[in-house]
Amino acid sequence: MKLVSRSSSKEIRYSRNNPNSLSKPGSDSAGRYSRALLLPASPSWQDRRKVAMISTQRSLSGSSSQSPRSPSSPLEPFLFVSVTDPVKLGNGVQAYISYRVITKTNFPEYQAPEKIVIRRYSDFVWLRDRLAEKFKGIFIPPLPEKSTVEKFRFSAEFIEMRCQALNVFINRIASHPDLKQSEDLRTFLQEDEETMERARFQETGIFKKKPADLMQLFKDVQSKVSDVVLGKEKPVEETDPEYEKLKNYIFGLEDHLAEAQRQAFRLVKRHRELGDSLSDFGKAIKLLGACEGDSLGKAFSELGSKSEMLSIKLQKEAHNLLMNFEEPLKDYARAVQSIKATMVDRANAFRQQCELAETTKLKEINLDKLMLMRSEKAGDAEIEYNELKAESEEATRRFETIVKLMSEEIVRFQEQKTADMGLAFHEFAKGQAKLANDIANAWRSLLPKLDACS
Amino acid sequence: MMGSETHLGLEPPEASPSPPHEEMETLALVDDDPLSTVPAAADPLLSPLVSSSSLSSSFLDPPSYADVVFAPFDSPKGAASSPRSPSLSREPSSRSDLRAPAEYSKITVSNPQKEQEAAANSLVPGAGSFVTYLITSLSLDPPGSEPIEISVRRRFRDVVTLADRLAEAYRGFFIPPRPDKSVVESQVMQKQEFVEQRRSALEKYLWRLACHPMIGRSDELRAFLRAQGRMPLSPSTDVASRMLDGAVRLPKQLFGEPDGGYVALQEVVQPAKGGRDLLRIFKELKQSVTNDWAGVKPLVVEEDKEFLERKDKMQDLEQQLSTASQQAEALVKAQQDIGETMGELGLAFIKLTKFETEEAIYDSQRIRAADAKCVATAAVKASRLYRELNAQTVKHLDTLHEYLGLMLAVHSAFSDRSSALLTVQTLMSDLTSLHTRAEKLEAASSRIFGGDRARIRKVEELKETIRVTEDAKSCALREYERIKENNKNELERLDKEMHEDFLGMLKGFVINQVGYSEKISSVWAKVADETSGYARDSTPQQRM
Repeated sequence: MKLVSRSSSKEIRYSRNNPNSLSKPGSDSAGRYSRALLLPASPSWQDRRKVAMISTQRSLSGSSSQSPRSPSSPLEPFLFVSVTDPVKLGNGVQAYISYRVITKTNFPEYQAPEKIVIRRYSDFVWLRDRLAEKFKGIFIPPLPEKSTVEKFRFSAEFIEMRCQALNVFINRIASHPDLKQSEDLRTFLQEDEETMERARFQETGIFKKKPADLMQLFKDVQSKVSDVVLGKEKPVEETDPEYEKLKNYIFGLEDHLAEAQRQAFRLVKRHRELGDSLSDFGKAIKLLGACEGDSLGKAFSELGSKSEMLSIKLQKEAHNLLMNFEEPLKDYARAVQSIKATMVDRANAFRQQCELAETTKLKEINLDKLMLMRSEKAGDAEIEYNELKAESEEATRRFETIVKLMSEEIVRFQEQKTADMGLAFHEFAKGQAKLANDIANAWRSLLPKLDACS
Repeated sequence: MMGSETHLGLEPPEASPSPPHEEMETLALVDDDPLSTVPAAADPLLSPLVSSSSLSSSFLDPPSYADVVFAPFDSPKGAASSPRSPSLSREPSSRSDLRAPAEYSKITVSNPQKEQEAAANSLVPGAGSFVTYLITSLSLDPPGSEPIEISVRRRFRDVVTLADRLAEAYRGFFIPPRPDKSVVESQVMQKQEFVEQRRSALEKYLWRLACHPMIGRSDELRAFLRAQGRMPLSPSTDVASRMLDGAVRLPKQLFGEPDGGYVALQEVVQPAKGGRDLLRIFKELKQSVTNDWAGVKPLVVEEDKEFLERKDKMQDLEQQLSTASQQAEALVKAQQDIGETMGELGLAFIKLTKFETEEAIYDSQRIRAADAKCVATAAVKASRLYRELNAQTVKHLDTLHEYLGLMLAVHSAFSDRSSALLTVQTLMSDLTSLHTRAEKLEAASSRIFGGDRARIRKVEELKETIRVTEDAKSCALREYERIKENNKNELERLDKEMHEDFLGMLKGFVINQVGYSEKISSVWAKVADETSGYARDSTPQQRM
């Protein structure tokens, strides 16, 4: 059963640096299970456990990038990839970041069980475009933005975020049951750098999604009514109500996510601002304490120091928020864009199918006419007709594949996103709880000293 | 210094709730008491993180702290409320009794009304109208007996008069600065806003006056607060008539007329500036120039080293207070911002939740929506806690602003001292030159046999002038010493009260932060708990 063997991308973590991880020693999935039993059983909690359990089972049974120094059995196929170690290369405008891509696998198609290659962002873009072209109907995992401006500044934060996002990207591909079989993925993971560069240069631009297509899709949803009223000719369109619902859902989701992500980003900024003001306040208080002298002056000085210390914690939490809460939201938004791209594919396929079906029918009618008339052209016409019919059937098949894939992908997407967001929420809450706790502790430690002053 | 714990809190900057806040108020929070304090030690999720959990519970157990400090900040304290109502956010301390004004237990300013001046100029509409305020005080004058409540109506001009009279009578004291006249602001602001601002400032000002150990018992204040009808204190005469009178006297003074030549005794105790005596103003000006430029050491100088040191320290203190006050404002703003953004984040997720729930086809969506709602609720709660935290922070850190304002009073007390000194110096130079003249005249007249009647008469007049001037000098010297004494006492009082008030500020600020941070932490800890199922085991799967 396809669904069971699919593993969700829940294994993809956002926070790679987890110094204060909550996992208790010796925890594994069994540990999590037993831990879960201790927790209050509200209905939603058990559902969450189910989601967590399902994906764990899948990951154990499925072939995917699990913890892999030692797969459970040597025969179990695995493909393990990681993107690390960003290095800035080149100078000035030509500068770019290169990443190490490490692959460990026992797939028979792969030449080497272990391989390390150097790749850059445009290589990832190439891979994404190839996959988008070959696997219509599947939601291709999204890439981090191109960002032409930040590129030049290449701040450490930006590089870290991008590296993390690329790692997530490649792992999602490697754990997708269909995508991971891709030849292009193999090329990407295994070929040497020159081959990669050649491949990249050949393919630029051909398979890119045209903005016009996306706009068309947008217009389809928004302006149906006005088109009918105005009697404008509109492109042929599906009328499946469920699909309509999905389209509306996706567009609505896009808006809500944009807002959520916007606020998340602002929250990061606020943390930084609060950190700055605490630092300045601390300094000023220290100076004021110097005017006082004696024990009160010391109290001022300590308060100032604490304030400065907390400022650092706030900056750290701002970073944590950025990486583990805002980035997942951005990723979610990107995934929605990917879905929209698939919708464009579907619309195009539908159009093609309809057009070809029309043309085929006309050709059939024409052929019948010719055959009745016993014309010499009938033979050619029949050949043409057969070709056309094959094309039409091909187009129909393509469309139906997309439809089927999409319906499966949607389920997968929803589950994946629940897990992703669940983790992001958890990290967010954990970070905030810890920050507040640190703040409370820091201030509390001052109280005995203050009491001593009076 | 001013009953500091009775800060009439600067209202938290949220006069009217903005729409996002309104939305948040109406959210149905499906949850237990949002403000229940969870002892950090009981939270399994946080126990490895809490280093001094034992200490934490010790601060939450004594009911006094937890309950007194975290009574939620409900309605903004009404401006009309008593400034001395047992403040929600102060720990009970004996300070309040020491600082209690001797004579008054409550002063309120309310009920601003527009009134028309009797001889209103009808050509310009609105001219000649002014605002009066109802000033109610509870007086403890016969101590021990029932406090008497008295109300009077006063306008701002009366307050200015009061301030001026106090400044004359209490030279050398740190007199709380009165609210500004602010001509520009009254044009720029809305009338109601301006009146409200002024009303609140007046209330604070009068209260501070009442809390001052000397001024609180003064006749001037008593008359201001209790005398019905028109303001009984006459204003110091206006400058114009001063100048005119002075101009009339000047020729007499210059030509040595007997009755115009000397400084009136009662005027010696006031600074020359702003007085009627033009000649005196010129003389003192000359003296100060001599002091500064001529390099001639005057006969009496500020010798008190201790005082000079204190003065420098005051400068330094003022500087630091100013910076600290600024940074405190910035901190308050940053706290406000983070609370707001947290709230808006919560709102965004609430909307997302609603959307997801409405459109849900799959269970995974419903679960996600529930998770999002959990986070959203927590964010909204945290936002409210931030707002409360900030409101309290404003009240505590207000001490910085208040003391900064007090520096003005210190300045004027110090300048009282230096102008008194200048008067003494001037009189002493006067005396010196008078003596010299007298000697010269005597020497000249003794050469003429039998004496020079005219000269002898002049000498006698001079001697008379010298005697009067000697008296004036003694008087001025006494005044100077008095002011010095006042300065000293006030400096001591300032030291003590500042120490207490600053300590209170620090304590209040810190306790506030501790309490609210604990609450915010527990709100999030619950969410982290509920979503902990998503946390992965920390197998470093991505590492090699």
